[in-house]
Amino acid sequence: MTLRTKIIAGTIAAMSGWTSTAIAATEIQFWHAFTGRLGDLVAEQVDTFNKSQSDYKVVASHKGNYSETLNAGIAAFRANEQPNILMVFEVGTATMMAAKGAIKPVHELMTEVGATFDPSAYIGSVKGYYTSTDGKMLSLPFNSSTPVLWVNNDALKAAGVDPSTDMSTWEQVDAVLDKVKASGSKCPLTTAWQSWIHLENMSAYHDVPFATKDNGFAGLDTELALNGPVQVKHIQTMGDWAKEGKFMYAGRRNEGGANFRAGECALFTESSAGYAGIKAEAKFDFSVRPLPVWKGVDGAPQNTIIGGASLWVMQGHDAEEYKATAAFLNFLSSSNIQAKWHQDTGYLPITIAAGEKTKADGFYDKNPGTDIAVIQMTAKEPTANSKGLRLGSFDQIRGIIDEELEAVWSGDKTAQAALDSAAERGNKLLRRFEQANR
Amino acid sequence: MEKRVTFQGWLLPLCLVLPQILVSAVFFFYPAFQAVWQSLFIPDPFGLSSRFVGLGNFEFLLTDSYYRTSFFTTAIFSTLVTVVSMVPALFLAVLADRLIKGAGVYRTMLIWPYAVAPAVAGVLWLFMFNTRVGVVSWYLGQLGYDWNHVLNEGEAMGLVVVASSWGRISYNFLFFFAALQAVPKSVIEAAAIDGARFWRRFFTIVLPLLSPTTFFLLVVNIVYAFFETFGVIHTITSGGPQQATTILVYKVFSDGFVGQDLGSSAAQSVILLVVVGTLTVLQFKFVEKRVHY
Repeated sequence: MTLRTKIIAGTIAAMSGWTSTAIAATEIQFWHAFTGRLGDLVAEQVDTFNKSQSDYKVVASHKGNYSETLNAGIAAFRANEQPNILMVFEVGTATMMAAKGAIKPVHELMTEVGATFDPSAYIGSVKGYYTSTDGKMLSLPFNSSTPVLWVNNDALKAAGVDPSTDMSTWEQVDAVLDKVKASGSKCPLTTAWQSWIHLENMSAYHDVPFATKDNGFAGLDTELALNGPVQVKHIQTMGDWAKEGKFMYAGRRNEGGANFRAGECALFTESSAGYAGIKAEAKFDFSVRPLPVWKGVDGAPQNTIIGGASLWVMQGHDAEEYKATAAFLNFLSSSNIQAKWHQDTGYLPITIAAGEKTKADGFYDKNPGTDIAVIQMTAKEPTANSKGLRLGSFDQIRGIIDEELEAVWSGDKTAQAALDSAAERGNKLLRRFEQANR
Repeated sequence: MEKRVTFQGWLLPLCLVLPQILVSAVFFFYPAFQAVWQSLFIPDPFGLSSRFVGLGNFEFLLTDSYYRTSFFTTAIFSTLVTVVSMVPALFLAVLADRLIKGAGVYRTMLIWPYAVAPAVAGVLWLFMFNTRVGVVSWYLGQLGYDWNHVLNEGEAMGLVVVASSWGRISYNFLFFFAALQAVPKSVIEAAAIDGARFWRRFFTIVLPLLSPTTFFLLVVNIVYAFFETFGVIHTITSGGPQQATTILVYKVFSDGFVGQDLGSSAAQSVILLVVVGTLTVLQFKFVEKRVHY
């Protein structure tokens, strides 16, 4: 044997040794949209799973923000290189659902690989968003939150308002805002995610439709109904507040969070998942309240709906990989993992058992207010108006709503005119989506 | 007499131009054809199915009053970007041209901003004018001016124009500076002897001599404002407030890559292609007549 053949033989031996260990564990790809603390927590979950068994290996990759991750998944599918699991934000749900040849519904996956799967273990108002009209779970809820009212207690005290004052209706909030404004505050109220909180959730919470056909669950021929009297009243009031300096608009996403965490704003409507950030940064005494309702609306408060993302299983992989995928999804739904996720992030638990475990751990007693989101979501059985939203081109429709709301905040349009225009423009996109997916 | 290089046969010349033809075909003709083709369909995002709609995408766009408004917004934006990036560049180039000491340092400093990517430039300007922590907006607040580009349409437009033009000033500076160096000293000295002062010399001699460069920059900057500015818009305003900064190219990007509406996005790029093509032809037809080479 010459030196050269020895080297080649050695290399081949080394390579085959390396590949044989790699073949032993089935590897699956998981694309997500989390960075920072949330990214670390996801990495920890994946690591725990990989160490808990030796048959499967999950490789998690960050692919940008929600929109970018969805785009990466779509582009990869077109190139036939899609991951096994793709994280998609709730807004992309209708897009994924309509792509029947690209996704494998979770219930189908579980039956196919013969994994144990009990849909009734999941919290109704969480899984409802990702369930077909005949009750089949299509994707696995991952991170879900719901909007609540964050209160800067110190700011209220400075304005001579008792921080424990009742703020369960918008009428009561109005009175508080007056006092805070009178004390010289530049930002009595601000918000994050205006469409999600003040139109989508606002509608569900007052049991009025956001769109026809059960908010789009019952068919692609849905039309926006967000210009009803309850929504118009709410948006007009907020527009008036903006004019009077009682509501400060900070931007389309969660820009207002910076103002609230810096102590500049007294009240802040934001996701329950804002908890981690507020707890870490706020140098004032804060509390969390349920989202307020308008007095005299029948059925209010109903329940709020979720925001966040779910995990979609993609088509085009082999049976072994689907087994691995099912095992990982079941692992994520297990009580310990879910309870930890819920307590670390402020996102809602996805299973009933995880919620009960958190209670038993005494977490809610130690962190008052952290259960408000759970109660607000689960107090009532969801109705057709409060199960969630399933609208095509929803990301663009939210963009349209943002534009129209800005016209109200700046005083260019009345709430009625802005919401009528939003409905008309949004409906055009819904018709296009229907055309593309018929 | 004009000097001409002639080839015997056609094989060698063909080989010499082939790379250019290939590059154009792969990076221009093929995608352009694809865009035209796709604009006739409404595909689903995953490429699973596609419906032929003829000119339906164009009809959908052109009957949308918001899309039509976007042409107007684009016209204002492009004009402002072109003016704001060319006039200061020329001014700085004239000043730099007169420098004797430290000209190299001065030049280098002026060229620097060009190295900053548009999206990054957008973030930089956004931080300076951030309504909460921005340095500039803070000083404006001290002066009693309440800066709020989040709701004020004019301020939003101003901000994206400045952010888009800033890096471009360097690019334009470079060309103007090179052109100024090429202006024959003898002509200027002759005018000076005749008693023409600096600004008179500038407007009657230098500026006309710069016209080929100015024309080139005009075309290039308009194309830049039309096509390459969506990064800035995306990072600063996302087209808002309302639709105040939704220019055509930003809508192509957001409808295609955020909204997954590839049919509409393709139709929009075809429209944009036609608009910019027409504009360039018009410039060559009418403006170029006034250029002295």
